[in-house]
Amino acid sequence: MAITTAPTDKPVKLVEPGSGTGSRTSRMLGVACLVGVAVLMVFAFVLTEADLVQQDVVRMIYIHVPSAIAGYTGFVITAIASVMVLWKKSLWWDIVAVAGAEIGLLFTGLMLATGVIWGRPTWNTWWEWGDVRLMTSLMLFLVYVGYLAYRRVVPSAEVRARRSAIIALVGVINVPIVNRSVEWWASRTLHQQSSLSDGKLEDLTLFTLAMGFVVFAMIFAWMLIHRFRIGWLEVQADTVGLQAAMAERRAQMEADIDDAVAHPGIGADTNADPNKSGPDDSGPNERGGAA
Amino acid sequence: MTHLGYLIAGWGIVLVAMALYAVSLARRGRELSARVPAERQRWMTTPDDADTAGFVR
Repeated sequence: MAITTAPTDKPVKLVEPGSGTGSRTSRMLGVACLVGVAVLMVFAFVLTEADLVQQDVVRMIYIHVPSAIAGYTGFVITAIASVMVLWKKSLWWDIVAVAGAEIGLLFTGLMLATGVIWGRPTWNTWWEWGDVRLMTSLMLFLVYVGYLAYRRVVPSAEVRARRSAIIALVGVINVPIVNRSVEWWASRTLHQQSSLSDGKLEDLTLFTLAMGFVVFAMIFAWMLIHRFRIGWLEVQADTVGLQAAMAERRAQMEADIDDAVAHPGIGADTNADPNKSGPDDSGPNERGGAA
Repeated sequence: MTHLGYLIAGWGIVLVAMALYAVSLARRGRELSARVPAERQRWMTTPDDADTAGFVR
Protein backbone atom coordinates (compact mmCIF):
# COMPACT_ATOMS: atom_id res chain seq x y z
CA MET A 1 0.00 0.00 0.00
CA ALA A 2 1.37 3.40 -0.88
CA ILE A 3 0.37 6.97 -0.64
CA THR A 4 -1.19 7.86 -3.95
CA THR A 5 -0.76 11.37 -5.11
CA ALA A 6 -1.74 13.42 -8.09
CA PRO A 7 1.21 14.30 -10.34
CA THR A 8 1.93 17.98 -10.59
CA ASP A 9 4.31 20.06 -12.65
CA LYS A 10 3.77 23.17 -10.60
CA PRO A 11 6.74 24.48 -8.65
CA VAL A 12 6.09 23.84 -5.00
CA LYS A 13 7.05 26.43 -2.46
CA LEU A 14 8.98 24.74 0.32
CA VAL A 15 8.24 25.49 3.92
CA GLU A 16 10.77 26.15 6.62
CA PRO A 17 11.35 23.21 8.95
CA GLY A 18 9.72 23.84 12.30
CA SER A 19 7.30 26.39 10.94
CA GLY A 20 4.38 24.10 11.70
CA THR A 21 1.43 22.95 9.66
CA GLY A 22 0.07 26.40 8.92
CA SER A 23 -0.14 27.93 5.49
CA ARG A 24 -1.37 31.29 4.32
CA THR A 25 -4.81 29.90 3.61
CA SER A 26 -5.09 28.09 6.91
CA ARG A 27 -3.98 31.19 8.81
CA MET A 28 -6.62 33.28 7.08
CA LEU A 29 -9.16 30.61 7.89
CA GLY A 30 -8.01 30.63 11.51
CA VAL A 31 -8.52 34.40 11.75
CA ALA A 32 -11.95 34.01 10.15
CA CYS A 33 -12.80 31.38 12.79
CA LEU A 34 -11.88 33.73 15.64
CA VAL A 35 -13.90 36.57 14.14
CA GLY A 36 -16.76 34.18 13.49
CA VAL A 37 -16.84 32.99 17.10
CA ALA A 38 -16.88 36.59 18.33
CA VAL A 39 -19.73 37.55 15.99
CA LEU A 40 -21.64 34.39 16.88
CA MET A 41 -21.41 35.25 20.57
CA VAL A 42 -22.74 38.75 19.92
CA PHE A 43 -25.72 37.35 18.04
CA ALA A 44 -26.26 34.51 20.55
CA PHE A 45 -26.10 36.61 23.73
CA VAL A 46 -27.03 40.15 22.69
CA LEU A 47 -29.15 40.28 19.57
CA THR A 48 -31.38 37.23 19.91
CA GLU A 49 -34.25 37.04 22.35
CA ALA A 50 -34.72 34.50 25.12
CA ASP A 51 -37.28 31.73 24.61
CA LEU A 52 -40.66 32.09 26.32
CA VAL A 53 -40.51 28.58 27.76
CA GLN A 54 -36.82 27.77 28.11
CA GLN A 55 -35.75 31.36 28.72
CA ASP A 56 -32.06 32.14 28.23
CA VAL A 57 -30.82 28.57 28.33
CA VAL A 58 -32.12 28.23 24.77
CA ARG A 59 -28.90 30.01 23.75
CA MET A 60 -27.22 26.60 24.07
CA ILE A 61 -28.78 25.73 20.73
CA TYR A 62 -26.18 27.83 18.88
CA ILE A 63 -23.36 25.52 19.97
CA HIS A 64 -25.15 22.23 20.67
CA VAL A 65 -26.69 21.65 17.23
CA PRO A 66 -23.62 22.79 15.23
CA SER A 67 -21.46 20.50 17.42
CA ALA A 68 -23.72 17.58 16.58
CA ILE A 69 -23.61 18.30 12.84
CA ALA A 70 -19.82 18.73 12.95
CA GLY A 71 -19.50 15.40 14.75
CA TYR A 72 -21.64 13.64 12.14
CA THR A 73 -19.61 15.28 9.39
CA GLY A 74 -16.36 14.01 10.87
CA PHE A 75 -17.62 10.44 10.96
CA VAL A 76 -19.04 10.63 7.43
CA ILE A 77 -15.66 11.91 6.19
CA THR A 78 -14.02 9.02 8.02
CA ALA A 79 -16.43 6.58 6.36
CA ILE A 80 -15.81 7.99 2.87
CA ALA A 81 -12.06 7.93 3.44
CA SER A 82 -12.35 4.36 4.76
CA VAL A 83 -14.08 3.27 1.56
CA MET A 84 -11.20 4.80 -0.35
CA VAL A 85 -8.69 2.99 1.87
CA LEU A 86 -10.34 -0.35 1.10
CA TRP A 87 -10.91 0.42 -2.57
CA LYS A 88 -7.72 2.20 -3.60
CA LYS A 89 -5.46 0.60 -0.98
CA SER A 90 -4.35 4.14 -0.31
CA LEU A 91 -2.95 5.10 3.03
CA TRP A 92 -3.22 8.75 2.03
CA TRP A 93 -6.93 8.30 2.67
CA ASP A 94 -6.15 6.61 5.97
CA ILE A 95 -4.67 9.91 7.16
CA VAL A 96 -7.91 11.64 6.13
CA ALA A 97 -9.93 8.96 7.93
CA VAL A 98 -8.17 9.34 11.25
CA ALA A 99 -8.33 13.13 11.00
CA GLY A 100 -12.08 12.99 10.47
CA ALA A 101 -12.56 10.54 13.33
CA GLU A 102 -10.53 12.55 15.83
CA ILE A 103 -12.32 15.81 15.05
CA GLY A 104 -15.68 14.07 14.87
CA LEU A 105 -15.03 12.63 18.29
CA LEU A 106 -14.19 16.06 19.68
CA PHE A 107 -17.43 17.58 18.41
CA THR A 108 -19.52 14.58 19.45
CA GLY A 109 -18.06 14.91 22.94
CA LEU A 110 -19.00 18.59 22.92
CA MET A 111 -22.48 17.72 21.71
CA LEU A 112 -22.87 15.30 24.61
CA ALA A 113 -21.46 17.76 27.14
CA THR A 114 -23.66 20.65 26.02
CA GLY A 115 -26.66 18.32 25.85
CA VAL A 116 -26.12 17.22 29.43
CA ILE A 117 -25.79 20.83 30.61
CA TRP A 118 -28.82 21.93 28.60
CA GLY A 119 -30.85 18.95 29.81
CA ARG A 120 -30.57 19.78 33.51
CA PRO A 121 -32.65 23.01 33.51
CA THR A 122 -34.90 21.84 30.67
CA TRP A 123 -35.70 18.23 31.65
CA ASN A 124 -34.67 18.44 35.29
CA THR A 125 -32.12 15.67 34.77
CA TRP A 126 -28.53 15.52 33.61
CA TRP A 127 -28.85 12.14 31.93
CA GLU A 128 -31.54 9.57 31.22
CA TRP A 129 -30.27 6.06 30.57
CA GLY A 130 -33.45 4.95 28.79
CA ASP A 131 -33.43 7.85 26.34
CA VAL A 132 -32.75 6.65 22.80
CA ARG A 133 -31.21 9.90 21.55
CA LEU A 134 -28.82 10.09 24.48
CA MET A 135 -27.87 6.43 24.35
CA THR A 136 -27.34 6.27 20.58
CA SER A 137 -25.23 9.43 20.81
CA LEU A 138 -23.15 7.92 23.59
CA MET A 139 -22.76 4.74 21.56
CA LEU A 140 -21.57 6.78 18.58
CA PHE A 141 -19.02 8.49 20.78
CA LEU A 142 -17.75 5.22 22.25
CA VAL A 143 -17.46 3.50 18.85
CA TYR A 144 -15.06 6.19 17.69
CA VAL A 145 -13.17 6.13 20.97
CA GLY A 146 -12.71 2.43 20.20
CA TYR A 147 -11.73 3.24 16.61
CA LEU A 148 -8.95 5.57 17.73
CA ALA A 149 -7.87 3.25 20.57
CA TYR A 150 -7.67 0.31 18.17
CA ARG A 151 -5.44 2.28 15.86
CA ARG A 152 -2.92 2.73 18.66
CA VAL A 153 -2.43 -0.99 19.30
CA VAL A 154 -1.87 -2.29 15.75
CA PRO A 155 1.73 -1.74 14.68
CA SER A 156 1.33 -2.55 10.98
CA ALA A 157 0.09 0.50 9.10
CA GLU A 158 -1.52 -1.54 6.36
CA VAL A 159 -3.39 -3.87 8.71
CA ARG A 160 -4.36 -0.93 10.90
CA ALA A 161 -5.74 1.02 7.95
CA ARG A 162 -7.76 -1.91 6.63
CA ARG A 163 -9.25 -3.03 9.93
CA SER A 164 -10.00 0.43 11.24
CA ALA A 165 -11.70 1.24 7.94
CA ILE A 166 -14.10 -1.63 8.60
CA ILE A 167 -14.75 -0.35 12.13
CA ALA A 168 -15.44 3.13 10.74
CA LEU A 169 -17.89 1.78 8.17
CA VAL A 170 -19.76 -0.14 10.85
CA GLY A 171 -19.72 2.86 13.19
CA VAL A 172 -21.10 5.33 10.65
CA ILE A 173 -24.34 3.32 10.45
CA ASN A 174 -25.15 4.86 13.82
CA VAL A 175 -25.09 8.43 12.46
CA PRO A 176 -28.51 8.35 10.75
CA ILE A 177 -29.87 6.34 13.68
CA VAL A 178 -28.80 9.07 16.12
CA ASN A 179 -30.13 11.78 13.84
CA ARG A 180 -33.55 10.18 13.23
CA SER A 181 -34.00 8.59 16.66
CA VAL A 182 -36.23 11.42 17.91
CA GLU A 183 -38.67 10.68 15.09
CA TRP A 184 -38.39 6.88 15.10
CA TRP A 185 -38.73 6.48 18.85
CA ALA A 186 -40.52 9.71 19.79
CA SER A 187 -42.11 8.15 22.86
CA ARG A 188 -38.77 6.99 24.26
CA THR A 189 -36.90 10.25 24.38
CA LEU A 190 -37.02 13.52 26.26
CA HIS A 191 -35.30 15.18 23.34
CA GLN A 192 -37.35 17.53 21.22
CA GLN A 193 -37.96 16.97 17.52
CA SER A 194 -35.64 18.63 15.06
CA SER A 195 -35.64 22.38 15.66
CA LEU A 196 -35.11 23.04 11.98
CA SER A 197 -37.86 20.84 10.58
CA ASP A 198 -40.67 21.90 12.90
CA GLY A 199 -40.40 25.54 11.76
CA LYS A 200 -40.78 27.02 15.22
CA LEU A 201 -37.58 29.06 15.21
CA GLU A 202 -37.90 32.79 14.75
CA ASP A 203 -36.03 34.53 11.96
CA LEU A 204 -33.13 35.90 13.98
CA THR A 205 -32.79 32.70 16.00
CA LEU A 206 -32.72 30.72 12.77
CA PHE A 207 -30.19 33.13 11.28
CA THR A 208 -27.94 32.84 14.35
CA LEU A 209 -28.19 29.06 14.27
CA ALA A 210 -27.21 29.13 10.60
CA MET A 211 -24.29 31.34 11.54
CA GLY A 212 -23.34 28.75 14.16
CA PHE A 213 -23.25 26.11 11.42
CA VAL A 214 -21.00 28.28 9.26
CA VAL A 215 -18.61 29.13 12.11
CA PHE A 216 -18.38 25.52 13.25
CA ALA A 217 -17.86 24.42 9.65
CA MET A 218 -14.92 26.83 9.37
CA ILE A 219 -13.47 25.59 12.66
CA PHE A 220 -13.96 22.02 11.50
CA ALA A 221 -12.18 22.75 8.22
CA TRP A 222 -9.28 24.44 10.00
CA MET A 223 -8.89 21.46 12.33
CA LEU A 224 -9.17 18.95 9.48
CA ILE A 225 -6.47 20.70 7.48
CA HIS A 226 -4.06 20.76 10.40
CA ARG A 227 -4.86 17.25 11.60
CA PHE A 228 -4.32 15.89 8.11
CA ARG A 229 -0.97 17.63 7.84
CA ILE A 230 0.07 16.24 11.22
CA GLY A 231 -0.80 12.74 10.02
CA TRP A 232 1.22 13.39 6.91
CA LEU A 233 4.20 14.63 8.93
CA GLU A 234 4.02 11.59 11.24
CA VAL A 235 4.44 9.35 8.21
CA GLN A 236 7.26 11.46 6.83
CA ALA A 237 9.02 11.61 10.21
CA ASP A 238 8.89 7.82 10.47
CA THR A 239 10.28 7.49 6.95
CA VAL A 240 13.07 9.97 7.62
CA GLY A 241 13.95 8.19 10.87
CA LEU A 242 13.99 4.82 9.12
CA GLN A 243 16.16 6.12 6.31
CA ALA A 244 18.60 7.70 8.78
CA ALA A 245 18.91 4.43 10.68
CA MET A 246 19.49 2.52 7.44
CA ALA A 247 22.13 5.02 6.28
CA GLU A 248 23.91 4.79 9.61
CA ARG A 249 23.91 1.01 9.44
CA ARG A 250 25.17 1.07 5.85
CA ALA A 251 27.99 3.47 6.75
CA GLN A 252 28.98 1.27 9.66
CA MET A 253 29.11 -1.81 7.43
CA GLU A 254 31.20 -0.02 4.82
CA ALA A 255 33.61 1.15 7.51
CA ASP A 256 33.93 -2.39 8.77
CA ILE A 257 34.62 -3.70 5.27
CA ASP A 258 37.25 -1.00 4.68
CA ASP A 259 38.79 -1.87 8.00
CA ALA A 260 38.89 -5.56 7.12
CA VAL A 261 40.50 -4.81 3.73
CA ALA A 262 43.08 -2.47 5.26
CA HIS A 263 44.00 -4.95 8.00
CA PRO A 264 43.48 -8.41 6.52
CA GLY A 265 45.42 -10.14 9.30
CA ILE A 266 43.18 -8.94 12.07
CA GLY A 267 40.20 -11.11 12.73
CA ALA A 268 40.85 -13.31 9.67
CA ASP A 269 43.66 -15.59 10.82
CA THR A 270 43.49 -18.35 8.21
CA ASN A 271 46.27 -20.30 9.95
CA ALA A 272 44.48 -20.49 13.21
CA ASP A 273 43.36 -23.84 14.46
CA PRO A 274 39.58 -23.90 13.93
CA ASN A 275 39.12 -25.96 17.06
CA LYS A 276 41.04 -23.51 19.17
CA SER A 277 38.97 -20.88 20.85
CA GLY A 278 40.45 -17.46 21.33
CA PRO A 279 39.86 -13.77 20.94
CA ASP A 280 40.71 -13.82 17.23
CA ASP A 281 37.97 -16.31 16.40
CA SER A 282 35.12 -13.88 16.56
CA GLY A 283 37.09 -11.27 14.57
CA PRO A 284 34.97 -8.93 12.43
CA ASN A 285 31.67 -10.04 13.89
CA GLU A 286 32.72 -8.80 17.26
CA ARG A 287 33.35 -5.36 15.80
CA GLY A 288 30.09 -4.91 14.04
CA GLY A 289 29.48 -7.95 11.91
CA ALA A 290 31.17 -7.43 8.58
CA ALA A 291 30.30 -10.99 7.68
CA MET B 1 -30.21 36.67 32.14
CA THR B 2 -31.50 33.35 33.46
CA HIS B 3 -29.50 30.11 33.69
CA LEU B 4 -26.23 32.00 33.49
CA GLY B 5 -24.26 29.21 35.16
CA TYR B 6 -25.43 26.65 32.60
CA LEU B 7 -24.66 28.99 29.73
CA ILE B 8 -21.17 29.75 31.01
CA ALA B 9 -20.52 26.06 31.57
CA GLY B 10 -21.81 25.00 28.15
CA TRP B 11 -20.22 27.74 26.09
CA GLY B 12 -17.08 27.63 28.22
CA ILE B 13 -16.55 23.91 27.70
CA VAL B 14 -17.03 24.25 23.94
CA LEU B 15 -14.75 27.24 23.49
CA VAL B 16 -12.04 25.97 25.82
CA ALA B 17 -12.06 22.46 24.35
CA MET B 18 -11.83 23.78 20.80
CA ALA B 19 -9.06 26.19 21.78
CA LEU B 20 -7.07 23.49 23.57
CA TYR B 21 -7.41 21.10 20.65
CA ALA B 22 -6.36 23.84 18.20
CA VAL B 23 -3.30 24.64 20.32
CA SER B 24 -2.39 20.96 20.60
CA LEU B 25 -2.64 20.64 16.80
CA ALA B 26 -0.39 23.65 16.30
CA ARG B 27 2.16 22.31 18.78
CA ARG B 28 2.19 18.81 17.32
CA GLY B 29 2.57 20.28 13.85
CA ARG B 30 5.46 22.46 14.92
CA GLU B 31 7.29 19.60 16.61
CA LEU B 32 6.84 17.27 13.68
CA SER B 33 7.74 19.80 11.02
CA ALA B 34 11.04 20.40 12.80
CA ARG B 35 11.89 16.71 12.27
CA VAL B 36 10.93 16.52 8.61
CA PRO B 37 12.88 18.09 5.73
CA ALA B 38 11.12 20.87 3.86
CA GLU B 39 10.82 18.91 0.63
CA ARG B 40 8.78 16.29 2.46
CA GLN B 41 6.31 18.84 3.75
CA ARG B 42 4.35 19.09 0.55
CA TRP B 43 0.99 18.10 1.82
CA MET B 44 -0.61 16.73 -1.29
CA THR B 45 2.39 15.38 -3.19
CA THR B 46 5.75 13.95 -2.40
CA PRO B 47 8.89 13.70 -4.56
CA ASP B 48 9.02 9.95 -4.59
CA ASP B 49 5.91 7.96 -3.85
CA ALA B 50 7.79 4.71 -3.55
CA ASP B 51 9.88 6.26 -0.87
CA THR B 52 6.99 7.75 1.01
CA ALA B 53 6.28 4.69 3.02
CA GLY B 54 6.67 5.00 6.74
CA PHE B 55 4.00 2.47 6.09
CA VAL B 56 4.93 -1.16 6.22
CA ARG B 57 4.17 -2.78 2.91
